[in-house]
Amino acid sequence: MPAIDPRLLLLSRHDNVVVVRSALDAGDVVTLETGTARVQERIGLGHKLARKAIARGEKIIKYGATIGSALTDIAPGEHVHLHNVKSDYTPTYALAASEEVPK
Amino acid sequence: MKGYPRKDGRKGIRNVVAVAYLVECAHHVAREIVAPHRETAHVIGFPGCFPNPYAQTMMERLCTHPNVGAVVLVSLGCESFNRHQLEEVIRENGRSVETLIIQRDGGTRSTIEKGRAVVSKMASELVNTQTVPLEISDLVVGTVCGGSDGTSGITGNPAVGRTFDMLVESGATCIFEETGELIGCEHVMAARAATPELGAEIRASVDKAAAYYATLGFGSFAAGNAEGGLTTIEEKSLGAYAKSGQSQITGLIKPGDIPPKGGLYLMDVVPDGEVRFGFPNISDNAEIVEMMASGALMTLFVTGRGSVVGSAIAPVIKIAANPHMYERLSEDMDINAGRIIAEGAEVDDVGSEILDLVKRVASGEPTKSEDLGHTEFILTYKSFEPIGPACLPI
Repeated sequence: MPAIDPRLLLLSRHDNVVVVRSALDAGDVVTLETGTARVQERIGLGHKLARKAIARGEKIIKYGATIGSALTDIAPGEHVHLHNVKSDYTPTYALAASEEVPK
Repeated sequence: MKGYPRKDGRKGIRNVVAVAYLVECAHHVAREIVAPHRETAHVIGFPGCFPNPYAQTMMERLCTHPNVGAVVLVSLGCESFNRHQLEEVIRENGRSVETLIIQRDGGTRSTIEKGRAVVSKMASELVNTQTVPLEISDLVVGTVCGGSDGTSGITGNPAVGRTFDMLVESGATCIFEETGELIGCEHVMAARAATPELGAEIRASVDKAAAYYATLGFGSFAAGNAEGGLTTIEEKSLGAYAKSGQSQITGLIKPGDIPPKGGLYLMDVVPDGEVRFGFPNISDNAEIVEMMASGALMTLFVTGRGSVVGSAIAPVIKIAANPHMYERLSEDMDINAGRIIAEGAEVDDVGSEILDLVKRVASGEPTKSEDLGHTEFILTYKSFEPIGPACLPI
């Protein structure tokens, strides 16, 4: 099993997401334990990628704990955020269709 | 490490004179008394004129805090605060205490002069305090996060979590709090409780916080959180929760409750009963003060945006979560946890770095905020019911 990409941070061994610690650009290739994946869009510092395949309805695990549920099937290396995850508590408020990507 | 032994068996890591005003009307006099003695004396106090059992308990705990060697009480004279009871508690705890009453002692100028003379005498006596060996198991450490951003939950908070795990493993007492920002973590937290009954109390404390904040009417998730990569409220809460590490939760305490033994404690900071007196904690120092009242000898403060505060009585170690902020505010920051994202440093290594600094600060090394003279302090009105027996399982 290859080591995880140094640009990614695994917070708990139970997690199915990893945190981006250095912004990734579309087309970048990241190394996950399951193999390599091509990044589809720019992903900023502090955002999350799928560490492995996550099925629709499956819990998203970060810090070894549930942070919500998958709305769609999510492929390894795919951006995990508002478009494919929902809170199990209260809906997330966000500015609609923001094109801005934080540094 | 060496500590200052106190009559109640606890040990301090500092030996300061606390100059405590008992109503805002005495604040100026207290501040002026301390002015020439800022290295050895710190101002604390309660501004309200109307009685409040919580404030009375807090002041009693703070004036007998292990880092306090002697106390000067500054009263205007006509306020409601029970200075007689406070003085009695301090004396019973083996500290030297002197009460100045501005209306009796001739007004501002003469009370300041008298107070400065008392502080000089107390400070010269405190130099001779005998120290005793201090073990890790003697340490009581609190943690707080303030000025948080998207980096807090992935760098500084998990690093402090590792530090807490190492401290708890060595028998120390660690306190985390902010039940209002732990909404969504109640089930994971309850599962870590020493007993199922304690787990139920933890769940209830978060439910109380959710109801309290709902009444106050503000949400806890801003659009900027999502832009910074946070997807849900529970993810945001877990970022703050990461400060608590992985240890079993030993007990649930309220401000002023002294943890009976080493372990990890959750502090319930949200008042009981109907919503009164406004927001539970109006700024970060209110939380630091509450953990000090429960005996915290120092506080680990994680900040993303860049808070610069310290505290009266107990040192604050500031941990920068954001590497870009660290570059701008490095004079104020003790630890750069931002290097976890900027340089790929290991969370474990930063956790160990914080632990080393905890030991050095306990041995007397000043923190950045101590060096800069920060001695912030705030105490406001609250009301609490006592904790139930399930909160501290034997």
